[in-house]
Amino acid sequence: MAPPAEVLAVRGLSKSFPGVRALDDVDLTLHAGEVHALIGENGAGKSTLIKLLTGVYRPDAGEITFQGHAVSFGTPLEAQKAGISTIYQEVNLIPLLSVARNLFLGREPRNRFGVLDLARMNREAEDTLRGYGVQVDVRRPLRTLGVGAQQMVGLARAVATDARVVIMDEPTSSLEPREVETLFSVIRRLRDAGIAVVYVSHRLDELYAVCSTVTVLRDGRRVHHGSLADLDRLALVSTMLGRDLGEVREEGLTKFTGDHQSAGSEPVLDAADLTVPHKLHGVSLSIRPGEVVGLGGLLGSGRTETAKAISGALPVRSGRVTVAGVPLRGGSAPAAIRAGISLLPEDRKSEGIVPGLSVRENIALAVLPRLSRFGLVSEARVDSVVDTFMKRLRIKASSPHQKVGELSGGNQQKVLLARWLAMNPKVLLLDEPTRGIDVGAKAEVQKLVDELAADGLGVLLISSDLEELIEGSDRVVVLKDGAVVGELTGDDVTEERLMRTIAGDTLAEPVKEVTSDG
Amino acid sequence: MTVTKADAPVTTASNDPAGTGEPVGSARSERLSALVQQHGALAVLVIVSLVASLSFDSFATGDNVSNMATSSAFLAIVALGMTFVIITGGIDLSVGSLFALGGVLAAWGSRHGTLVALLLPLAVCGLIGVVNGLLVARSRLAPFIVTLAAMLGARGLLLAITDEGADTFLIGKGSLLAELGQGTTLGLGNPVWITLALFVAGAVVLRRTRFGQHVYAVGGNEDAAALMGAPVARTKILVYTLSGLLAGLAGALNAAWLASGVTILGNGMELEAISAVVIGGTLLTGGLGYVSGSLVGVLLLKVIQNVINQIGSLDSSYQQVVSGAFLAVVVIAQTWLGRRRQLM
Repeated sequence: MAPPAEVLAVRGLSKSFPGVRALDDVDLTLHAGEVHALIGENGAGKSTLIKLLTGVYRPDAGEITFQGHAVSFGTPLEAQKAGISTIYQEVNLIPLLSVARNLFLGREPRNRFGVLDLARMNREAEDTLRGYGVQVDVRRPLRTLGVGAQQMVGLARAVATDARVVIMDEPTSSLEPREVETLFSVIRRLRDAGIAVVYVSHRLDELYAVCSTVTVLRDGRRVHHGSLADLDRLALVSTMLGRDLGEVREEGLTKFTGDHQSAGSEPVLDAADLTVPHKLHGVSLSIRPGEVVGLGGLLGSGRTETAKAISGALPVRSGRVTVAGVPLRGGSAPAAIRAGISLLPEDRKSEGIVPGLSVRENIALAVLPRLSRFGLVSEARVDSVVDTFMKRLRIKASSPHQKVGELSGGNQQKVLLARWLAMNPKVLLLDEPTRGIDVGAKAEVQKLVDELAADGLGVLLISSDLEELIEGSDRVVVLKDGAVVGELTGDDVTEERLMRTIAGDTLAEPVKEVTSDG
Repeated sequence: MTVTKADAPVTTASNDPAGTGEPVGSARSERLSALVQQHGALAVLVIVSLVASLSFDSFATGDNVSNMATSSAFLAIVALGMTFVIITGGIDLSVGSLFALGGVLAAWGSRHGTLVALLLPLAVCGLIGVVNGLLVARSRLAPFIVTLAAMLGARGLLLAITDEGADTFLIGKGSLLAELGQGTTLGLGNPVWITLALFVAGAVVLRRTRFGQHVYAVGGNEDAAALMGAPVARTKILVYTLSGLLAGLAGALNAAWLASGVTILGNGMELEAISAVVIGGTLLTGGLGYVSGSLVGVLLLKVIQNVINQIGSLDSSYQQVVSGAFLAVVVIAQTWLGRRRQLM
């Protein structure tokens, strides 16, 4: 067999945006049947590179050769027609259209009158999706499917368009382990069919499971490329972060120092018997000043709901919340904020940042009333607050006036954190503070959590990342089906204990009363 | 349970399906909600019509039904175009003015023959639709503002043509155009048949052609539609063009029916058309809708209007109160159903 043909070659690609050199002289070569890992921190240029390859952006310099010809795509449609398909991190389909119509949009089978052949479309859709482990009534609206199944439809769509190159941008961020396996088997099938795959992910396990080659980007430049097997995890991470290998080894992958001094025994937050119909069944927990309490459990166990109930964002049927000994009237977010509770929501895009506003405006948003006199805002005081927190949280922006939408995920998260810290809270509820941000920013956020606790804040940390939960928390309260099923303290805060508690293994810990109506 | 990897897969494990009251409802309640959303207006129409025919002897007579059908036809044609626009997530406020403009142009053109009388309003109103579409799709202006400007502009054009409404153009009796508007076939007015044909064609285009798929896709998720390769701009231009064309056609037919171009017609018709479309189950936010629903919505508005006229003792001004209240109820019900189905 001849060596696999070069499918896509990128030479000296560059792209600048106002104030930022997003991509600087980057090369990339893809061969048929190659699964290529594209990694880098947020802001390293991965997204820009993908958007250049798929015709969303035009390059400032450099050339793209696809199947032997120089190409210049003007739109995603042109790239797709040529044979470069992309699946994005968020499902990019039409939720209200049926599964089959989504799968075939733009290439529907038609009869000789130009009218869609629905019977054939539905039949073919069913056949195609079966190959991806999705067995559903394809006439149902797409949104009635789980996110994983939707992602599979997107994948099936991308591949079905006669793709030679399939680009996957964090395709597993919303998949279950079983679905990840299905995805991997599809990727292997694509590889065997001679299709080149570009795989972008922050999950190292996945990269080593499916990828053969790797390109590492940092600050818009290619800093490494070659076989993935030649690069062990630690080397990969240090290349990506641009940090010394020894330093990474020494500090571990998370930035948590571990123990905190919890000053005084009086809890700063005491939540008792929080009940929300169908969601929470009498959840109680307390946090002392300077303590980081982790909230563990599976997706859907009531972690987010607990945080929302405490912060007044979710009306509770019964239960009490006390902040520093003062009872809080439930179900009122403004009252909770006044009492000193700040919630960093899970979905920062829809519940947190205002992308069109500047960093300064986003930070000042919540604290404005306190910086105003007679309804007039004191610009000087806003400037000083913004300046303080931009420095303290090390927010990287060209200026306080840069739009938050232009920042990387990690910096957006820091802006949100700054907004709430400006309120001078007593309790900070962090719901998945490091989700979707790169390793470097993750470490910074983790370090910040440590610092904040050291300053005497009570912190509630929700994370799906077990390592983060365990290394970051002094105590872990474990939820299952909306009720507390256990609490790990001291030396019991280990991954194994946590998993056992989640799994309901009573050996782990004397399990508190488990409500049966869950 | 054993742990095999450092990054335990538990982190992405799914919802426990046994958990009660998970957001996405059961398939059955989902289907029921969908059914109510799609056919709720039809059920109400049937009920209102039944009650009306039992209460008023003059309601279910051939004459009354035929009158209602013909007077519904013009609004229905306008609502058909509006349905396409609203499914893309847009709105077209210019249709009332275009309706009046189409009527006057048809009457004016009828002096030069039926062909001119039909083509002139279609050309002018279609062109205004194209401009609407270009401004919405290419210049990315808000549909509300673009079509509001077109509404005012078309009204002005109308006044200019008619010398501020002083000139009224008549359509000669016995001409082909007059026959098109006033004649009947199988007991129903010709406009009714034309409307039905247009709705059948509209349903096929919307549900069974690529263009129709793009209309839904653009309204459902514009960014995703673009990434999936749907021609977003072209689709938008086409729906506004279609809406303009249909408004002009409806105006021309209406003029033929009245035998003259009346300048004061069409005031507030855009809102009536939007009401009918929404009552018919089309989501004002786009992405979901049916032309059949819009037809039912128009009929429902006209039946309510007719019933209030039948009551006689009730001031006809109240019919707008009833229509308004009805619209509010429908939108509340739709929002509720939509939340249940997590559409919004």
